[in-house]
Amino acid sequence: MANHNQAHDGHGESHGSLKSYIIGFVLSIVLTIIPLVVVMNEMFDKKTNTVIILIAAVLQFAVQLLFFMHLREEKKPRYNLTSLILGLIILLVIVGGSIWIMTYNAVAV
Amino acid sequence: MAQKKHKVAVAHGSPAAGGHHEHHGGHHDHGHHDQEELKTFGFWLFLITDVILFGTLFATFAVLRLNVAGGPTGGDLIELPGIIASTFILLTSSFTSGLALLSMNKGNKNGLIGWLIVTALLGASFIYLEATEFIHLVNEGANIGTSAYWSAFFTLVGTHGLHVSVGLVWMIALIIQLSKRGITPVTKRKVNIISLYWHFLDVVWIFVFTIVYLMGVM
Repeated sequence: MANHNQAHDGHGESHGSLKSYIIGFVLSIVLTIIPLVVVMNEMFDKKTNTVIILIAAVLQFAVQLLFFMHLREEKKPRYNLTSLILGLIILLVIVGGSIWIMTYNAVAV
Repeated sequence: MAQKKHKVAVAHGSPAAGGHHEHHGGHHDHGHHDQEELKTFGFWLFLITDVILFGTLFATFAVLRLNVAGGPTGGDLIELPGIIASTFILLTSSFTSGLALLSMNKGNKNGLIGWLIVTALLGASFIYLEATEFIHLVNEGANIGTSAYWSAFFTLVGTHGLHVSVGLVWMIALIIQLSKRGITPVTKRKVNIISLYWHFLDVVWIFVFTIVYLMGVM
């Protein structure tokens, strides 16, 4: 058993430890509570609130990637990270581009 | 007990090890390992395409968020307490699927299956809450055909819910397979990718929660 584990570690497979999972979980909860408090108490004006909750969401995305999905522990070449960045670029172009194009076509409010 | 089974399973996973030098067995293991790693990467690529799928749905929702055709808006009908509950449920299930992975890496089959069952139960509660919410919305007069806003809403939230449902079926099948075959290199890879899938769904939900619900009630 011990031998097997050693051989395993030698391959450098991603694992994570209980500690990193707990840190990730606590950070996720904090990053969920912050936007909730901000929105439910209407702490700032609408624009500031929007920025705060979007930043919290992006941070939480990073927490899941680093602490739960073991992106940090990936060995080189970092194909996972590279493909993720490509996906995110496409995502930003689709979302940002759509919003930009349709801004002047939105229903008047 | 679990450790013994694990050993047997490992031996099964590398039939070439029998009758050869340990060195050769190691080599075979390495090849097998590489292939499982490649499959995990293939799954990662699927997740990237799923990022793009959800990206288009988020873009659609963002563009149509004001087009309510004189009908109810999200802010009118959304009941935040249920959404907050499902957010914490999914967050916790993401954590427990990580604990399942840790048990697996320790060779603890019962722990692995136990945490997967906890994860699946949390996932099922999430789906139950979502179904309840959809029924509530339809009763309040917001179905998928009510307006462009609600079409985008139900497509985006529903696609995520569908992903979670598929994940649930998959997880139950994997639990059955694990109880039959134990922890082998193949089931190990399967647990690894379902755990990736589950974390990914949690990430998508964070953005649904932020963009659809929190910004909807603001």
